[in-house]
Amino acid sequence: MSTVETGEPKATGGAARPRRRRRRTPAETAGLVCVYALLAVLIVPVLFPLYYAAVGTFMSVRELATFPPKLIPGGFTFDNLVNVNGAINLDRLYLNSVIMAGVITVSQLATSVLAAYAFVFLPLRRRGVVFALFLSTLMIPHEATFIPNYLMISGWGLDNTYPGLVMPFLAAAFGTFLLRQSFKQFPRELRDAAMMDGMGHLRFITRILVPLSKPTLMAVSLYVFLTTWNMYFWPLIITDHPDMRTLQIGLNSLKSAEFANPGLILAGAFVSVIPTLLLVIFGQRFIVRGLTAGAVK
Amino acid sequence: MTSSVDAGRSAPGEGPQRAAGNRRKWTGEHTLAWAFLAPSVLVFAVFLIYPLLYTVYLSMHGNDIVGNPSTFVGLDQFAEMMTPEFAKIFANTLLFTVGTVAPGVAGALLIVLLLEARIRGRRVFRTGFALPFAFSVASASVVFSVFYNPASGVLNGILYRFDLPPVEWLTSQDLAMWSIILTTVWMNLGYGVLVLSAGLGAIQPDIIEAARIDGATGHRLSWHILVPLLGPQLFFLIVLSTINALQGFGQIHILTKGGPADETTTLVYSIYQEAFATGSANFGGASAQALVLFLIVLVCTAVQFGVIERKVHYS
Repeated sequence: MSTVETGEPKATGGAARPRRRRRRTPAETAGLVCVYALLAVLIVPVLFPLYYAAVGTFMSVRELATFPPKLIPGGFTFDNLVNVNGAINLDRLYLNSVIMAGVITVSQLATSVLAAYAFVFLPLRRRGVVFALFLSTLMIPHEATFIPNYLMISGWGLDNTYPGLVMPFLAAAFGTFLLRQSFKQFPRELRDAAMMDGMGHLRFITRILVPLSKPTLMAVSLYVFLTTWNMYFWPLIITDHPDMRTLQIGLNSLKSAEFANPGLILAGAFVSVIPTLLLVIFGQRFIVRGLTAGAVK
Repeated sequence: MTSSVDAGRSAPGEGPQRAAGNRRKWTGEHTLAWAFLAPSVLVFAVFLIYPLLYTVYLSMHGNDIVGNPSTFVGLDQFAEMMTPEFAKIFANTLLFTVGTVAPGVAGALLIVLLLEARIRGRRVFRTGFALPFAFSVASASVVFSVFYNPASGVLNGILYRFDLPPVEWLTSQDLAMWSIILTTVWMNLGYGVLVLSAGLGAIQPDIIEAARIDGATGHRLSWHILVPLLGPQLFFLIVLSTINALQGFGQIHILTKGGPADETTTLVYSIYQEAFATGSANFGGASAQALVLFLIVLVCTAVQFGVIERKVHYS
């Protein structure tokens, strides 16, 4: 942990090093102590829900029902994990969520790569206007379109199906926006050379452009996957069959069911959060890129 | 899809000096451009633009008991929003929005500024503060529902330790909205920390170093140097959090279902209730409300684009 500072060139770069040897004044030391104390006070409530979900998953129902609540488990049991699967058909809901988020992510990647390619590399009359129209779709909140989408898609008999779950989200301007910025940085000569060699557009995209745009593609994928994985409103209205619900809706069923008990709820929440937790810990760099796309430019 | 075998030699938009033989190819590439845009355009047209227009249509019609549009009623559905019940819903939406955005942004700002001090373990701390971002609306809400349990929840456990009487977190009219707000602030904190620390990371190290050499330390460095430099990110975070709050739905559906006595019914929740809660199917009224939501979000986005546009021009 003592090496953490070296990984942060932005704040304590080379110029700062000789100055670090200078001894801190008592006021500075007091300030640092305050900073540590404040951070410690703040991080406890921030991490507590995660801690409690993790610990509660392995506590017995009896132990979870004690009052005042125990914060440190006295025993260890897999009962909640086993029972939660029976209560909401967790495997199936997990699969549904993976399919929904996976299909939407792949589809948004494909459609955005094509669209961004057209905007950057292909001739297009009124390019600026078309792109502005593309971006303007981002201003439409999905909630404002759910009623007609629900009427239309259930009218096609696609409620309680995977196509019904994913259809409204198969493309979004967000990915196009981000990829267009990245494609614009692509060296023109490299593309001209590839084209000169008789390479077609699709082959250029799949062989050269996509492999060289990996960081942006990762940012788009993670962003789309996370938001879709967490989606609540649309799956709630377009599915009502227990086998076609997504994990998020299953969590609500766990909470409101007759058999509701804190052990099952915490186990369900904990299991559902593991994939996104891993993404936040290991994919932070890419997530931040996706999140701040609008803030930087 | 259109043939992609095309030895395109000229970059697009090379202008008038293009050879005549290239014109056919140029037209071909123009068609190809539209072919590449087509999948996105198709999805936008069918699932965004058309539904938005149809929402306008629905909002101007009454509906029968199963929700089919009936007679043209003009702006009656909008006029129906001029009632005290609706004033309550708008007030709830405003309270929820301000109540989540203000402490959420302030908290995230405080955290990233503290992390900017010369402390050890900064990365570990930052990841720790970002972790709530991993929680979905549903997972955060159900975990907090356990905390809010009046008989066995952690929050009443804390009150008990301080010899205070237990509280009905979700069923008391005074507290329910604040319990929803607390859940939402916690849930959004990670997002704010990630956005703002990315902003701090983008600040030139020499600016901070120069300020330090000039004797700016601690809160003075934070307040006079870092906060102004974070301006664009703070603004972005405020607008996005506002839009998110306006669309906040899952936590209300899971924790209170808009109750008690409509105390936690916001605009989005009211749309859901009118259109989809069992037995209502009032698609006309819900559509009118959805359009109001659309307009509010539109104004927020327009403000965001406007200000960011200006920033880009000035820099």
